[in-house]
Amino acid sequence: MQGGPETEITTDERHSSRVAFDVNDAPREMTLDNRTTLLDALREHLGLIGAKKGCDHGQCGSCTVLLDGRRVKSCLVLAVTLDGRSVITVEGLAGPDELSPLQAAFIAQDAFQCGYCTPGQLCSARGMLDEVDRGWPSAVTDDLGAPPDLTDAEIRERMAGNLCRCAAYPHIVAAVRETAATR
Amino acid sequence: MSAGAVGRAYPRLEGREKVTGTARYAVEYPVDGVTYGWAVPSAVVRGRITRVDPAQALASPGVLAVVHHGNAPRLAPGPEPDLWLLQEPTVHYRGQFIAVVVATSLEAAREGARLVRIDYDAGPHSTVLTDDHPGLYKPDHINPSYPTDTAEGDFDAGYAAAPVRVDVTYRTPAYHNNPMEPHATTAQWHDGRLLVHDSNQGASSVRATLAELFELPRESVRVVTQHVGGGFGSKGYAKAAVVLAALAARHVDRPVRLALTRQQLFGPIGYRTPTIQRVRLAADADGRLTAICHDAISQTSTMREFAEQTAVYTRSMYAAPHRRTTHRLVRLDVPTPFWMRAPGECPGAYALESAMDELAVAVGIDPVELRIRNDTEVDPDQGRPFTSRNLVACLREGAQRFGWADRDPAPRSRRDGHWLVGSGVAGSSYPARARPCSATATARPDGSFLVRINVTDIGTGARTAMWQVAADALGVPPERVAISIGDSDLPTAPVAGGSMGTASWSWAVIRACQALRGKLPEGGSPDRDVSAEADTSDEVGGQPTLPRYAYGAQFAEVRVDATTGEVRLNRMLGVFAAGQVVNPTTARSQLIGGMTMGLSMALHEEGVLDERYGDWVNHDLATYHITGCADVESIEAYWLDERDGELNPAGVKGIGEIGIVGAAAAIANAVHHATGVRIRDLPIRLDKLVGVSELA
Repeated sequence: MQGGPETEITTDERHSSRVAFDVNDAPREMTLDNRTTLLDALREHLGLIGAKKGCDHGQCGSCTVLLDGRRVKSCLVLAVTLDGRSVITVEGLAGPDELSPLQAAFIAQDAFQCGYCTPGQLCSARGMLDEVDRGWPSAVTDDLGAPPDLTDAEIRERMAGNLCRCAAYPHIVAAVRETAATR
Repeated sequence: MSAGAVGRAYPRLEGREKVTGTARYAVEYPVDGVTYGWAVPSAVVRGRITRVDPAQALASPGVLAVVHHGNAPRLAPGPEPDLWLLQEPTVHYRGQFIAVVVATSLEAAREGARLVRIDYDAGPHSTVLTDDHPGLYKPDHINPSYPTDTAEGDFDAGYAAAPVRVDVTYRTPAYHNNPMEPHATTAQWHDGRLLVHDSNQGASSVRATLAELFELPRESVRVVTQHVGGGFGSKGYAKAAVVLAALAARHVDRPVRLALTRQQLFGPIGYRTPTIQRVRLAADADGRLTAICHDAISQTSTMREFAEQTAVYTRSMYAAPHRRTTHRLVRLDVPTPFWMRAPGECPGAYALESAMDELAVAVGIDPVELRIRNDTEVDPDQGRPFTSRNLVACLREGAQRFGWADRDPAPRSRRDGHWLVGSGVAGSSYPARARPCSATATARPDGSFLVRINVTDIGTGARTAMWQVAADALGVPPERVAISIGDSDLPTAPVAGGSMGTASWSWAVIRACQALRGKLPEGGSPDRDVSAEADTSDEVGGQPTLPRYAYGAQFAEVRVDATTGEVRLNRMLGVFAAGQVVNPTTARSQLIGGMTMGLSMALHEEGVLDERYGDWVNHDLATYHITGCADVESIEAYWLDERDGELNPAGVKGIGEIGIVGAAAAIANAVHHATGVRIRDLPIRLDKLVGVSELA
């Protein structure tokens, strides 16, 4: 590509694009640097700080959000690719001044300590429960033809992409189990 | 205090903010005109910067400045050479921050950092710790102020004369703290005053360090630390991010957000040193220890001495007439090692508690019984009785809960399909310390109270615990109490580290609340705000020196694939005696967290250094493995009801670190029991056990 130090510097405009997508069911339209990730668009442009930057490389899960209902690592998604799409962040998991059952279970089970991975855990768990409802198997599902039984081993496997250095794992599993049981 | 809030389970006060994404961390505060800093690391290990060419970076859209030793604001050459950043062309280790690019966007800053051209004169380097390194030396003292070596009796003679001897060497690699939130800062200068929102474990000490570095009165520096995404020791002191952000903000005269990248957390902010530990144990035929020697080797940097207190655990854990501990250090061309959860005790207990297991096998005694047999009521190091020592009670309670009695002591005696199954045990101990602290308490006419103290809640539940302590000290329901923490403008408090936060902070909270009660009208609220403050410096300083320790017993059951050598943890169970537990909910989480980090140490974590580059090559979370959700099948933590009147007013010992102490040894011992193979260098990965059915 062009843009080496000896070539003429391109303008900001040539590196930017207009993009429109929904965030937490509200339409948002902005002009973004083409290099801006969804994570940075949320945090630096929309003031939605819930999604966290833990590694910026898709290795920790702290930035997990829901894109058209499916969990993605928002640090690996370029925002300009999202025209017409729908993003749900931790801020959109429940109505204003409300807690979703999953969020309430996280508090009740003490499923976090420092809280930094928590928004990603919550979005991941929400996406994961939908995947189970759709009958998607995981690496530990024995019978690929039957609807998955949400055992603790299934929860652990399906939540393995979200690291928690405080290691709230047993309590995260308990919170997800409790939420799944009362759905 | 037993009938009140202390000892009762409460959810975290900030829980709602944390699950709704509204809790603000260091680089999440709205700031007008904010810019972005991106740190540039050195590409050579040792040498001198001969030229910094910022032209290409400055020509890149959005880049405002390239700050480096040639143009950075000056810092006072303080006692912390690690923080004397961008002041000189010298490079001490690979990855040392040598420039900061400031830009109007994150993308521009990152691109700018890539475009800065730096030339070096590089020299030869030494970055690998060995037990015969020519630079080995004896430090004057070890972290924080222990004597380097100790000796009682005549170890050599006692060892030579014993009928049973164990002489083993254990190795642990570099470990990297890796809190989920990187070290991050938003820095702003207004009229010569510095305001930082910073991710750290103690805003009071960060303020003091910044004031010193920037030659400002402390009142001109404010450090706000409301929420911290973990630290595990790595944020226990001012680190590079806050200094770089403050330098950059002063240089461009605009606010700067600067977060280190994940890759930049492997080195410049500290790590746990690799260790080489030789342990020699001698015992009589009944397993009673007669001689103990623990020789520990670790590394430090060329900038500053940090001497991990690896063998101090051995000084007080088990008794024997002949005892010796030594620490030797090498200065390498590496970043300075620093605190990581239970510095000293963590790697040291791995070695000693593994050696105790080897002794149990050698003597033919159950490893729980061996530890009970070598218990002592008198601290072998200080020669005084422990204020309380419930190691044996933890071992017995743990053995009962774990189902230890059914264990066949013979290695490789259990099989479950293609899995070899085994169990192991280890002791655990951590000092119970306190530091001076201050706090204020205010009563309001409406019947409410406000307690102010610069506690840092790095995820421990400190905010909630101090709220509970304050309620009891005031004699009111906690709902009437508000607590204000995480701001250096609040009364000064020590760091959240060393398992001494709760002891130190609660001491000041209780004294402030007691003083306030003395000023209030009997049974009523004042007609105006009434405040009282407390500073525990005299009281803490006047406390007699006694051996104060928390204890624990760690039990683990593993399964090892007989063909591949893959190790999985079936279950782990710890029982601890740590004085008063303030909040069972947050305490359990913290103990489980420590135990899990011990699992991570035993089976997963390893900083792999390539001598050619003088740096860790697996510097991200894809290649530096930490325990994940799928690795934790069952980890349980329990504690004994323990009362110790020689500690502090709240009677707490601290629980942040003891969970990791001994955890890796329990797992390693379980691996030996399962396989008959003793792995003495962590982590125990399948490459060391592959084909285990043919080994042993």
